Amino acid sequence: MMAARFLLRRAVPALRHARCYADAPAAQMSFTFASPTQVFFKEANVKQIDVPTLTGAFGILPAHVPTLQVLRPGVVTVFNDDGSSAKYFVSSGSVTVNADSSVQLLAEEAVPLDSLDLAAAKANLEKAQSELGGVSDEAARAEVLISIEANEAIVKALE
Amino acid sequence: MFARTSAAVFLPQCGQARSMATLKDITLRLKSIKNIQKITKSMKMVSAAKYSRAERSLKSARVYGTSAMALYEKAEIKAPEDKNKHVIIGVSSDRGLCGAIHSSVAKAIKSEIAKLSGAGKEVMIVNVGDKLRGLLYRTHGKHILINCKEVGRKPPTFTDASVIATELLDSGYEFDQGSIIYNRFRSVISYKTDEKPLFSIDTVASSENMGIYDDIDADVLRNYQEFALVNIIYFGMKESTTSEQSARMTAMDGASKNASEIIEKLTMTFNRTRQAVITKELIEIISGAAAL
Repeated sequence: MMAARFLLRRAVPALRHARCYADAPAAQMSFTFASPTQVFFKEANVKQIDVPTLTGAFGILPAHVPTLQVLRPGVVTVFNDDGSSAKYFVSSGSVTVNADSSVQLLAEEAVPLDSLDLAAAKANLEKAQSELGGVSDEAARAEVLISIEANEAIVKALE
Repeated sequence: MFARTSAAVFLPQCGQARSMATLKDITLRLKSIKNIQKITKSMKMVSAAKYSRAERSLKSARVYGTSAMALYEKAEIKAPEDKNKHVIIGVSSDRGLCGAIHSSVAKAIKSEIAKLSGAGKEVMIVNVGDKLRGLLYRTHGKHILINCKEVGRKPPTFTDASVIATELLDSGYEFDQGSIIYNRFRSVISYKTDEKPLFSIDTVASSENMGIYDDIDADVLRNYQEFALVNIIYFGMKESTTSEQSARMTAMDGASKNASEIIEKLTMTFNRTRQAVITKELIEIISGAAAL
C-alpha cells in the first residue's frame, strides 16, 4: 500500500508536464457522464463522444485538446470501444476535457433517447410555440423560448 | 420536550417532606418516559428510512460533485492571496435532535471568519438552514448575507441548489473566492465537517493553468462557472442530508436506550414502593385487629 501511494505521488508531477510519447494514459480517455440523479458512465474507456454545445456540435476523442464547453439541448452519442453507440438526450450542462484526457460530462437532465416520446414532444412544441405569442414578460418569454428550443431538439433527435 | 416533562414531574418531589415519591408520582413519570421512548424510537425508524434513501442518491451525487470539482483540481486553480472578498456557504438544515451537526458547521464558520477577519478580509455568510442562522446571528449577524429556510424536510434537489446559487449571484456581493462548509458523510456512525473551495469567474479566468484550455470565451466561462457553483452546492447539500439523517438515527437510538434505562430503574422503584404501601396497610390492619 505504501509503495502504491509513493508511486501515485511520483506519477502526478508527470501529468503536469507536456504529454510525451511514453505516456500510455493519453491514449485512453476516462469518461464520466452524470446527471444529479444518475450516473451513466464513470471513468469509462470509450472511443468517441459527440456533444452538442452552444458553439456547435463536436466529437471528443482521446487526446483531445483541453477545453470547457457549455451544452445546449441535444443528443449526446457515446461510441464504445466495441463499436456500439448509445444516445442520450441532455437538456443543458457542461463538458470538461482535461489535459490528462479525462472528460467530465455533467448534464442537468439526461435521459436515454428511447425513453422520449415523439408525439408528446411534438405536442409540447406546438403548445410552447402558441404560448410565445401570448407572453410579454422578459423572464416568461425566455422560459418559453427555452422550452421551444428543447422541444425542437427532441423532435429533431427522434425523427 | 424532555425539559418540559421532567420539570413538571420534578416539582411534587421537591415539595414533599418524605424522601420517596408516592405511587401516583412514579406512575406519572413512568408513563411520560414510556411515551418519550416511543417517540424517539419512531424518530429513529423514520431517520433510518430517510438515511437509506439519502445514501442511495448520494452515490450518484458524489460522482457528479467530484466531477464538477475535477476542473479546479486538475487545473490547480488557486485564488491569489491579495483578494479581499470572501463568501462562506454553510450547509445544514432546519431541524434539530441530530447531535453535533449544526454546531460543528457553525464552529468551522466562526473559526474561518476569525481567521479571515484577522487577515483583514471581508467575509459574508450564506446560511442554508435555519439552525445555522440561530447559531450565528447573535455573534456574527453583520456577516450574514442570505438565509435559507425550509431545508431538510424533503431531500435536496438540483432545483434547490440552483435557487441558492441564483440568490447568491443576484445578491450583488462580488466575491473573489469562497468556500462551502458541509458535513461529509463517512459512514453510518461518523461524519466529518469538510470545506471545499469556490472560485469566482475572474479568479478562474486569470489563473495560469487556464491557458491550456482551448477556445474559451467569457460567456462560456461564465455559464460554466455558474453551473459549477450549483453543482458544488448540490453536492454539499446531498452529503449534509445524509450525515444529518445518520446522526439523527444515532442520537435517537441513544435517547431510546437512555429512556429504557430510566424506565427499568423507575419500574424497580415503583414495585418497591408498591410493596411498601401494601406492607404498611397490612401492618395497620393487623395492629388494628390486635388492638380489638
